[in-house]
Amino acid sequence: MARCTAYLIKHGVAARLTDLPVLEPEPFRQCVIDNVNAGGRISALFGTPAQSGKVRLYAVIVHPSEGTIALTATEVDEKYRSITPDCPQAHWFEREIAEQWGVVPEGHPWLKPIRFHRSYRPGHDAFGRKDGSGILPSVTDFFRVEGEEVHEVAVGPVHAGIIEPGHFRFQCHGEHVFNLEISLGYQHRGVERALMGGPNKRTIHLMETLSGDTTVGHATAYCQAVESLSGCKVPPRANAVRAVALELERLANHTGDLGALAGDIGYQPTMSFCGRIRGDFLNMTAMLCGNRFGRGLVRPGGVGFDADGTVPGDMAGRMDAAFRDVEGASALLFDTPTVMARFENTGVISATVCLSLGLVGPAARACGVGCDDRNNFPAGFYKTAALPVATCDSGDVYARALVRRLEIQNSAAYVRKHIAALPGGPINAETGPLAPDSIAVSLVEAWRGEVCHVAITDKGGRFAHYKVVDPSFHNWAGLAMALRGQEISDFPLCNKSFNLSYCGHDL
Amino acid sequence: MIKAILERIRQKHRTIKFPEAEPVLPERFRGRPVIDGSRCVKGCTACVEACPTGALRIEAGGPALDLGRCLFCTECSSACDNKGVSFTREYRLASSTREGLVVRGDEYALASALNGEMKRLFGRSLKLRQVSAGGCNGCEADINVLGTVVFDLARFGIDFVASPRHADGLLITGPVPENMRTALLKTYDAVPSPKIVIASGACAISGGPYAGHLEVHDGAGKFLPVDLYIPGCPPHPVTALDGMLRLLGRL
Repeated sequence: MARCTAYLIKHGVAARLTDLPVLEPEPFRQCVIDNVNAGGRISALFGTPAQSGKVRLYAVIVHPSEGTIALTATEVDEKYRSITPDCPQAHWFEREIAEQWGVVPEGHPWLKPIRFHRSYRPGHDAFGRKDGSGILPSVTDFFRVEGEEVHEVAVGPVHAGIIEPGHFRFQCHGEHVFNLEISLGYQHRGVERALMGGPNKRTIHLMETLSGDTTVGHATAYCQAVESLSGCKVPPRANAVRAVALELERLANHTGDLGALAGDIGYQPTMSFCGRIRGDFLNMTAMLCGNRFGRGLVRPGGVGFDADGTVPGDMAGRMDAAFRDVEGASALLFDTPTVMARFENTGVISATVCLSLGLVGPAARACGVGCDDRNNFPAGFYKTAALPVATCDSGDVYARALVRRLEIQNSAAYVRKHIAALPGGPINAETGPLAPDSIAVSLVEAWRGEVCHVAITDKGGRFAHYKVVDPSFHNWAGLAMALRGQEISDFPLCNKSFNLSYCGHDL
Repeated sequence: MIKAILERIRQKHRTIKFPEAEPVLPERFRGRPVIDGSRCVKGCTACVEACPTGALRIEAGGPALDLGRCLFCTECSSACDNKGVSFTREYRLASSTREGLVVRGDEYALASALNGEMKRLFGRSLKLRQVSAGGCNGCEADINVLGTVVFDLARFGIDFVASPRHADGLLITGPVPENMRTALLKTYDAVPSPKIVIASGACAISGGPYAGHLEVHDGAGKFLPVDLYIPGCPPHPVTALDGMLRLLGRL
């Protein structure tokens, strides 16, 4: 096997840093490429400060079909040979490394900042900016198409609706979009920097707010990482409550997305119904923990609230009612020919593009790529209670809508079944101190796709580094690709069919 | 068409009766805290130390809790052996002043109505432009639901509009990162005067969980005059709606 130089770990098991070989930059680069060529996907690729004053790069490559995680590392200083030309999945990660640590990936085809902040290594700037100079978001070169009648459309950061800020540049000829370039960073609030040195009393709150609509997903990823590092065994009941909450989060967001897709093409009935039904699912999460987004529910070692008393019975009843409503609303959507005419063949992504960009979640499953961490890397309750994987292979808005509809059906049945038969026992276990000089990878299939957290501890068992990869980090490039050759008026529909997180990307 | 009509009938009328009737809130809802300073042990600072955002301080009369910073995580209440801090299910939380957000004992200063000309202008029709400035999108999500059939914000004459030029004010969420400062201020400038500013959520009021980060400005108040503070992480939609109706003198 060509990937022999990588260190293989199982999900949920922390590794000693000393066991992880640190390669020279060229073998590291080759190792990443070989692993991806062998069917792997880059889950994380990031820099951390090394003791030598250089930058230690870590690559985390998942092999979904085998359920293994390949780790590899190297140390670089001012520059190294970019991986992207031979492995497009690395493109956004390498831009992040360049921005955070002032390391130039030489030969990167489109090296620009992704968040617009100063380098974390004073005196090192990959873009040659002076230390005292101001950095303005999206003030940079954009890809441009020149020619008669070619025009540029710029949108954002402040948009027309109640949504997050981001900047979009379209190169158009009339309605036809040649290229869309997405420029983010407006939501950058310094989360990863603040996580270093933790865990502390603010850590769990930063995790719960990495992306507010994925509170349960990110909090679970964090807790799994901590539990791996401390060898904590989470009680079965707590794992079951976490799984119920994760599926409720999926139900609420997928329902909201179907409604918003309907709204973007002016189909009012489903928009109106789903806007309300989404709230019904959020309120079920609030039944568990008092908060519609699941704040306070997932905690290291278990859960903060038990699904006891009248909760299981009430939730089962409400689930039946909400599921009937959402099925009615989505049946209406999918049975309406004018809706289907707008969904079909809009924003098509091929399986090839999906795999080369390393897309995740419903966006990937809508290209026929059956990746789902609940099945490929099951943790907690998913080890014993699996769900079917929903796929569709047309890669268009229709496919992304259909995958959501199928996942709503699967998740509703899952919650309905398991809330009525939760395992007994406690909802919490003690988490001891974190293992020193170790690394843990934690994966969760949240509603948008794979959430990947990588915790690295120092010799005192504190976070020397904590890496967060929200599914949006992989998928924003997918949205840009989906717009190629589309009409610009289809942007809202394509955008909603991905519904990506700005804050989860910007961190 | 007939299918849509039948489904519409089946899905029923779902708009809540608020404010005529009390809203239905979850049993475990965490609302306004109440502090009983008489239960404090002299010299004890357990609640202050437990708070992740520095929302508590010990004053002469007992602890004071700043809801502008509070994430409603209840760590303070868990840390107190004598149950000196407890969270009620009271959802009415919005206040007109920053100082009004501080809970002492069971006192709390709810928002008062705009007065004079402002009330005449906006009392029956308020158009807001929402600016998302950092944060986690939780506040935005629960502001967005005010537009659904459940809350039907437009029945009160309140709407969110697409352009600041069409707006009477801003509703700001998030801790205002440096990367959003210019966009926020330009949007504010584009709103015709007189105008109002609503800061919704712990981030927009105090920076929330990001308070003190170099990348953010700890909320909108550093740059703009705020007329209404809606605490929470994120605020429940009913909390936000109650606050806006109070501001307009409708409650």
